[in-house]
Amino acid sequence: MTTEPAKARTEPVKDWATDYDIFDAGYVKDPFPVWDELREKCPVAHTERWGGSWMPTTYEDLRKIAANVEIFSSRNPLVANDGEPTEEVGAELEEQFSVGAPPISSDPPIHTWSRALLLPKFSIKEVARYEEETRELCRSLIDGFVDKGRADAAADYAQQIPSRVIASMLGIPQERAGDFTDWVRGFLEYGLTNVDLRSGAAMQILSFLNEQIQERQANPGDDLISYLLEAKTEGAPDPIPPTHVLGTCFLLLVAGIDTTWSSIGSAMWHLAQNPDDCKRLIDEPELITSAVEELLRAYSPVTMAREVTRDAEYNGCPMQENDKILMNFPAANRDPAKFDKPDEVILDREVNPHIAFGVGIHRCAGSNLARMEMKVAIEEWLKRIPEFRLEDPEAVTWAGGQVRGPRKCAVVF
Amino acid sequence: MRIKVEVAKCEGHNRCFVVAGELFELDDSGYAHEVNDGKVPADLEEKARLAVTNCPELAISIDEDK
Ligand code: HEM
Ligand code: SF4
Repeated sequence: MTTEPAKARTEPVKDWATDYDIFDAGYVKDPFPVWDELREKCPVAHTERWGGSWMPTTYEDLRKIAANVEIFSSRNPLVANDGEPTEEVGAELEEQFSVGAPPISSDPPIHTWSRALLLPKFSIKEVARYEEETRELCRSLIDGFVDKGRADAAADYAQQIPSRVIASMLGIPQERAGDFTDWVRGFLEYGLTNVDLRSGAAMQILSFLNEQIQERQANPGDDLISYLLEAKTEGAPDPIPPTHVLGTCFLLLVAGIDTTWSSIGSAMWHLAQNPDDCKRLIDEPELITSAVEELLRAYSPVTMAREVTRDAEYNGCPMQENDKILMNFPAANRDPAKFDKPDEVILDREVNPHIAFGVGIHRCAGSNLARMEMKVAIEEWLKRIPEFRLEDPEAVTWAGGQVRGPRKCAVVF
Repeated sequence: MRIKVEVAKCEGHNRCFVVAGELFELDDSGYAHEVNDGKVPADLEEKARLAVTNCPELAISIDEDK
C-alpha cells in the first residue's frame, strides 16, 4: 500500500510563482520562459505539489543557499519523493541503505571524508585513462547506425555511453550496462513520482552492488569498488564500512548515468539544429573545451534538493524545518544578471562560471569524467556525421524533474 | 600581476587549470594552487583574468600591481 498523494497534480498551473509543477509537460520541454518570469517576479517560488518545495532561480540565490550547509542540508537530495514504500520494502531499504548515498546525501563531517575518498579517482589525469575506450565505444555505436542514415541520438547514442564507462570503472561487465540504465531510470526518472517503482529500482541496484562488493572482498581487483574497500583517507573509518561503499557505489551509478547521458543528448539536440555550430567545431576543433562548458551551461541537466534544518527566513520567504528547496542550477545558468545573452549558445564564450555541476562543497565529483565523455561523444560523432538534423522536431521527447534531457531524439543524415 | 587561490574556497572545478594551465597546478584531489608564487608573466595576464572570471567559487584573487 502506498500513501495517496496529498494533492492532485493534474490541474494545470495558473501561477508559477505560488503553484509551480516541475513535471508539467510544457515546462519539462521548455522551462526557460518560466524561469525568466520567476526571476523577475518571484525569484524564490513556492509550490505545494509533489510534497511541497521552494525554488530559487537566480545565480546569487543558488550560490548563497549552496554555501549555507547548516540550514540547507543535503540529507534528502531527491526533488520529489512523497509517498512511503510498503512496510516490508521500507524495512529492507532501511537496512541496506543505512548510510544513504554519501557524499551527496551527507553533510559535514561525514561528507568531508566520503568526498575526499572519491576525488583522487576522478581527477583530470585519472579520467584520461578511460578516454581511449570511450572513443572506441562511441565509434562502435556509430558503426551500428551510420549506414542507415538515421539514428536516435538520445537512445542509440547518448544513453549508451555513460553506463558503460562507469561499468568499466567499477569493474563490472559491460553487458550489465543496459540493466544499469533501466534501474537508474526506474529510480530517478519514472520512479520520482512513483514510490513503488523507485524503491523497487533502489532494491535492484543495491542487491546487485552487494554481490559485487562481496566478490571484490574475496577477490580484489584494479577497480573502483576494490579501491573503496581498501582506501584510507584522513578522518575516515579504517576500513571503510561495506555499507558505506555500497551507498557510494549506488550514488556513482545514479549520479553518473542519467546526468551525463542527458547532457550528451541535449548537446546532440542543439547541434542537430545548428549546422553552423557543427561546422565551427569541425573547422576549429580546439573550441571543443569551451563548447562543452557552454552546452553544459545552456542545457544544464541537474536539479538537486536541500532540506531546511530549522525555521528560517530566506529572502522574505518563511521557510520551515523540513521544507524542501529545489537547487535549480539550470535556471541560475540562464540568469541575465550573471551571463551576457544567457539564451544564446556561444561556443567560444569566454566568461562562463556556470554551476551545472553545482557550487560549494557538493560540486560534482564526477565533473571531469562527464566533461571527458561529452567531449569524446561530440568529437567522434562529428568526425563521422558532420551534417545531421532532427527528423521531426515535434517528435523529440524530454524527461525532467531531477535530470532534464531528451529521451527520444531521432536525427537524419 | 599576482594571483592567489584561496584554498578554503576552491572546490576543484578545475576551470582555472583548463583556461590557464601555465598558471595553476592541481593536486591529486583536483584542488588548484598557483605556480611560481602566483607571479603572472605579462603575456599571460589576459589568461589570468579569465581564470578568475571562470571560477564559480570566486576562489582566485588577483593583484594587478604586484
Ligand atoms: C553532465 C553530467 C553531470 C552533471 C550535470 C552532474 C551534476 C551534479 C550536480 C549539480 C551535483 C551537485 C549536487 C548537490 O549540490 O547536491 C553533483 C554531485 C555529484 N556527482 Fe555529478 N553530474 C554529472 C555527472 C556525474 C558523473 C559522471 C559522476 C560519477 C560517476 C558524478 C558523480 C557525482 C558525485 C559523487 C556527486 C556528489 C558530490 C558531493 O556531494 O560531494 N556526476 N553532480
Ligand atoms: S576554478 Fe576555482 S574552484 Fe575550480 S579549481 Fe580553480 S580555483 Fe578551484
